[in-house]
Parts: sequence; C-alpha cells; structure tokens
Amino acid sequence: MTALLQVENLATHYFTGDGVAKAVDGVSFSLNKGEILGLVGESGSGKTCTGFSILRLIDAPGRIVSGRVMFDGQDLASLDTAALRAIRGKRIAMIFQDPMMTLNPVLRIDTQMVEAVRAHSKVSCKAALDRCRQVLAMVGIPAPEERLASYPHHFSGGMRQRVAIAIALLHEPDLIIADEPTTALDVTIQAQILAEVQKLCADTGTAMIWISHDLAVVSALADRIAVMYAGRIVEQGRAAEVIEAPLHPYTRGLMDSVPSRNTRGTPLRQIPGMAPSTLDLPKGCSFRPRCPRGDGACLSQPPEVEHYPGASARCFHPHMREATAEMPA
Amino acid sequence: MTPIIDMSGVTKRFVRELDAAEKIARRLGAKVEERTVHAVEDVNLKVARGEVLGLVGESGCGKSTLGRMVAGLMTPSAGAIRFRGKDVAGLKGKDAREAALKVQMIFQDPMSSLNPRLRVETIVGEAPQVHGIVPRSERDAYVADMLTYVGLDPAMRRRYPHQFSGGQRQRIGIARALAVRPDFLVCDESVAALDVSIQAQVLNLFMRLREAFDLTYMFISHDLGVVEHISNRIAIMYLGRIVEEGPTEAIFGGANHPYTQALLAERPVIAPGKRKFSTIKGEIPSPLSPPPGCHFHPRCPHAFARCKVERPALKEIAPGRKSACHLNDKAA
Repeated sequence: MTALLQVENLATHYFTGDGVAKAVDGVSFSLNKGEILGLVGESGSGKTCTGFSILRLIDAPGRIVSGRVMFDGQDLASLDTAALRAIRGKRIAMIFQDPMMTLNPVLRIDTQMVEAVRAHSKVSCKAALDRCRQVLAMVGIPAPEERLASYPHHFSGGMRQRVAIAIALLHEPDLIIADEPTTALDVTIQAQILAEVQKLCADTGTAMIWISHDLAVVSALADRIAVMYAGRIVEQGRAAEVIEAPLHPYTRGLMDSVPSRNTRGTPLRQIPGMAPSTLDLPKGCSFRPRCPRGDGACLSQPPEVEHYPGASARCFHPHMREATAEMPA
Repeated sequence: MTPIIDMSGVTKRFVRELDAAEKIARRLGAKVEERTVHAVEDVNLKVARGEVLGLVGESGCGKSTLGRMVAGLMTPSAGAIRFRGKDVAGLKGKDAREAALKVQMIFQDPMSSLNPRLRVETIVGEAPQVHGIVPRSERDAYVADMLTYVGLDPAMRRRYPHQFSGGQRQRIGIARALAVRPDFLVCDESVAALDVSIQAQVLNLFMRLREAFDLTYMFISHDLGVVEHISNRIAIMYLGRIVEEGPTEAIFGGANHPYTQALLAERPVIAPGKRKFSTIKGEIPSPLSPPPGCHFHPRCPHAFARCKVERPALKEIAPGRKSACHLNDKAA
C-alpha cells in the first residue's frame, strides 16, 4: 500500500533577530490511509510546527527551508497557492487546540458551516445545511437543528470542540491534523471526544495526525507514535512497542516521569535539566546534556536507524530489547 | 489532636446584583431574579498536620474557590474555617496576621502571579522583611537560602520573571510562599501548566520541602495521577459539593461514588494497545441552575427516583471514608 502522506526531511526554521530557531529540523515519517499517528513531545519540541508545516501554515519569520511533503502524489511544500487552497479544508482538515480560535465569535454556527461547505463544493444552501446537520449529529451534538442557530459562546468548551471536529469532517477529508484538541477539556469530556474520534476514524477511514503532549491519550488512540525532541523525531514505531519497549532514553525518561507509573510516596524519576532552546541547540544529539547514556559519540548527530522492523530511533545507545539493563557508566 | 485546618459548613455564593433596569422591571411585576452561583456548598473537611490532602474535580466544580477561601483570599458566605482551632474570621490584629502568613498559596500560572516588574530578590524577599521575619541586613542571605531550597541558583536573584522558564517560575512562586515560613500550603493546579519531565521535578521538590519544613498541603488538581502520587487523603468535588472522601489507597482501590468511579475509569493511562473509551454521558450542568437532589443524577448510570429529589448526605461508609450517594443506603 502506498502511503497517503510521506514527509521527507522536512525542516522549518524561524529567522528571528536572535538567530535561526530550528523549530523543525529534518523530520521524516509516513502515514497510511486510515492510520492514526500520535505525534508526542513537550512544549517547544516542534510538534505543532510540524503539523502546521504540512499545510504550509507557517508565517514569517518562519519558512520551510527544505524537505518534501508528498500527499497523494503532490508535493505540498512546492504546490502553488491555488492548488493548495483546494486541498486545505477539503482533503486535509485541521482541528486546533482552542476551538474559540477556529470559530468566528460573531457569526452563527450555520453561517460558518455553510460557508465551509460551499467553499469547496457547489451545492445549494439547503443541501449544505443538510450536510451540516448530518455531521453535527455524527459528532454527538444533541438537537443539531437548534444548535445550528446558536453562536459559539452559547456552547460549552467540549461542545465547541465537537463543532470544530464537525467542520473538519464536512468534506470527508483523507487526513485530519489534530493539534492538542482535548488538552483544554476535562477528563470526562476528553473521554467523550476520544470515543467519537475513534469511532469516526474507524467508520470513515480517515487518517489522522494527533498532536499531543499527553502520552496516555496517544497510547490509547494511536496506531503509531512518533516522539519529538528539539525539532527532531527521536523515535517512532508502533504504539504498543514504543510504550512497552522504548528505544530512545528520552522516551523512556518521559514515560518514567509520569506519576501513575511511579510508586506512591517515592520521589518521581525525573529527567534532569530542561529542554534546550531551538535557537541554541547543543552540538550533536540535542538530548545529550540530559541523557544518562550520553558520551563522546553523542557529540555528532545520531542518524535515524531502524533497529527493528518499523521501529527507528535517533540514538547511538538505544535501549535494545534483548538487553534492557543499564549500560555501565 | 486539633486539625490544622478545619472547614465546617463552608459555603460560597456569588450573587449578581440586579441592575437598575431589572429592578424597575421587577417593580412592574416582571419575574426577574438575582442570579446566584453556588460555587461551594456546605463543605466539611479537616486537614491534619503533616498530611497532604488532594482535592480533585473538573473545571467549575469549586475546588479553586475552596482553596482560595482556605488561603484567606476570599471569605466564605457561610460556615467557618478554623486554623489550629481558631476561627480565622474572628481573629484580629496580630493573630489575624499570623494566621494569614501561616497559610500560603501557590498558583497555577506563575506568570500571572509574579509581578513582572520586580526582580526575584524583591518577589521573594519583600514579605519576610515587611513582616519582620528577617532583618534588612540579612535579607540577601535569606533570599539566597530560599532560592537554593527550591533548586534555583542564587546568582539569578537580580533577574526578572520573564527571564526564567516555566518550571523555574513555578519554583520562584514556591520560594515566595516559603519565605514567610508557612505551615500550610494551598497548591492550586501548581503543576498543571508544566511539561511532564518538569512536572516530575516540581512534584519531587514539593515532597522534599514537605519533609524539610514540616508542611501540610492542600493539593488541588484535575490530574488524578498527580494527586494519587502525592496525597495521603483525597476529596472529590462535583458542582460545589464533596461527593467522596477517603485515604488515597482506598479511593483508588475501590471508588464508592459513581462519579469517582467514572473519573477513575476515564483517566487516560499509558498502556500498550488501543483502548475503547466508554463515557459518562452529558456535561457538567451549569452551577447557575444545578439539578435538584443529587447534582450528579442526570449523568449517573445508577440514578433512581430518590436521587432526583433528595440531596444525599456525605456519610461515613467505612472508617475514614465518606461518600454522598443514596446507593449506600439501598445496599444496607
């Protein structure tokens, strides 16, 4: 099966007064039809920037400096604006963290949704409204007829996010890029949205890139996981494998610092130090200064190596599956 | 032993007064009511010295309002908060100041709780000097000590808050609270805004400081994993009321209240393999017009007729464990 989306060596840099911030630096991954990829990382790791770069939503001073984004045979990184506009919102949709930013606060939901339908297909207003009702029901909004006539501020946070998801689904896209869509929501509401998303992806065969800092959410939802650190994907593989046997010391450290994986009352295992600024990355492996396994070899940039079928990592000293014991210092 | 903090019948109501037009409309016979939000309703909680009480709930359940009342930033509309056995509202002069100093608060967002125009040395050092905890001449050394305790380099004390990272700013907030030598800290979502690896560092700091300074915490969070890790005892709030309370192991071992059960079931945990999310239906009702009876009944899978009319009392179901659910009477 050919991949739906193939990102090759993508690099997005921000040219600021203080220097060049390498927000995304050589990211490669591919995504099949109907697959959910979890893109995990801490703030500033470049995960959102990667998602935005796919749709070329990068504003100055940022620029995609190299790489290709192959979507269904076209390179989105070099496509002209008109052709790109035909893809945005129709074949690739985006869901943002804050639905209040997606929705126009002074327009009614029906106005906004009908506009989105008619932007890509020449249908009558009535047909467009029917489609809106249909997708609102799909995402679990009760009484869609009445809700269509409401303004965004009439909705609760969870409902707003459902509307944003409904808008993304309007054109039955091949790919949805979801940027932290449940981060601002409560646990019970988050579970509701995750349940809807799981069902929709299974029913419609939509592929998804789920960007999140929350390993727990991603582990329950994704088929594959890619872990980002300082602008690079440090590890990717099948979700269960990344969770059970992480190769990269950073992935391991990240999972070990989650409270529920530690014994109560004992100090949490922590990663020392903090993430480097993308303006001033350490030489070689960016994780080296915080890494328990870092040594002289790490002063040069580790390449992405496929250690097991479908499981790759950028590390000279990965946690191999046979011998998981700590290396001698 | 008297508990360090004793809340009895604590209630907070926010009332929106009628404006002039609405008052006139009411004179003329229109049905206009003052709108009241019951943010916190009749909460009874005791916190023993040296304990970590975790307060869990979703947004809008009143957990922050309760925390702010305990820290003395708000006064309860009804009920009393006693600090070491004395009602805080009745204290005057020196005693009131003492009680206020001994209970400190650490906020969620350090950027909005630290003055951006003050240097760290002022943020941390001002209060202890004003309150006579350290003389002017020893202030620099005292600030350096405080910064060292929370894991910051004292050489950074001339910097402003914006020159620090999120985790470091949270440490400044902690140093500021510690500087007045409190006994009780209210931590309101203090690690919620931090990345996992930084969150672990700050949680470890909280646990280390607790031993070093003999502190008692009220730890407010929506993150069950964090609360489970740090607390001895947990209270769960829903729409202004405490619905369940008990030792951490007992609650995580077997929740009694249907809401707690749902919260625990839906907590995302890191586990290999996809999971099906089963969901409690509906959303949190508006606190402006909470449902009658048990607040949780519209979403509860076990609700029966009595839940719609009668508010369940928070009753002891086992030693040290309380739950507010009619199902417990039914079973008995």
